[in-house]
Amino acid sequence: MSDSDLLTKFIAGDRSAFRELFEEHNDAVLQVARYYAGERYEDVAQETWLAVCKGAHRFEGRSSFKTWLLHICANRARSLGYRESKYLSVDLQDPVAADRFDEGGAWRAPPVPFSDLLADNEERSSVLRVVHAAISELRDPTRAVVTLRDVEGLDTREVAEVLQLSEANVRVLLHRGRAYVREAVEKWRGGES
Amino acid sequence: MLSVRDISCRQAVALVSDYLEGGLSRRERRRLEKHLANCGACSAYLDQMRTTIALSGSVKTSDLSAEALDDLVDVYWHFIEDSQ
Repeated sequence: MSDSDLLTKFIAGDRSAFRELFEEHNDAVLQVARYYAGERYEDVAQETWLAVCKGAHRFEGRSSFKTWLLHICANRARSLGYRESKYLSVDLQDPVAADRFDEGGAWRAPPVPFSDLLADNEERSSVLRVVHAAISELRDPTRAVVTLRDVEGLDTREVAEVLQLSEANVRVLLHRGRAYVREAVEKWRGGES
Repeated sequence: MLSVRDISCRQAVALVSDYLEGGLSRRERRRLEKHLANCGACSAYLDQMRTTIALSGSVKTSDLSAEALDDLVDVYWHFIEDSQ
């Protein structure tokens, strides 16, 4: 069932529809709340869901429900006095360690494709744990950007709006965060074989 | 030997994430695609990044149990009922 169908049912008094929306989107709310409020993120997340409970009928469908919800979260955080991450620095780092390349910039040892990891169920659950751990190790704002873009599926513009960053900064942070996660998978793969 | 317009593998991998986001200029995209067409190693790196992103899309970050989820939903549901 789509989010807007669930929302219609929720507004009509269907608790299970609200539960489904909450279960589907609470992780994204927590990420945005953590980005703005750090350790006080639970307060912001709670305020967000309370605002949704009070104002669900105001959703006009001009964006996705998730984007609307995350804008509410960002607005609640700011109205509570929180601002975007203070420690934002967007220096562009090499996505792959320099010593993997020779003086001319060519690979010393070529990387091995990962795509087979998408097929094997047993290996897949292991690699998903590695990916989850690597994303958790990222610091905000990189963690928030990678989570909203790659885990939650917002587009770059939506991520930039919700986190109050430029799209260029979002792309730099994505570059950095994805490189870290890719490297974690590569190390795990090297260790398991 | 690289020509002036060619890019190295090290330069190519620095462009891959932006390439997947559609964030490269037309000129940068053409140079990267030309490099990828002739470089199996960088094509493998592109595959690694695509797979990493696909795997990230399957991660569930929540560690809430079904019971904890129900407890939280109850709190909000009581709020809704009380405010009506």
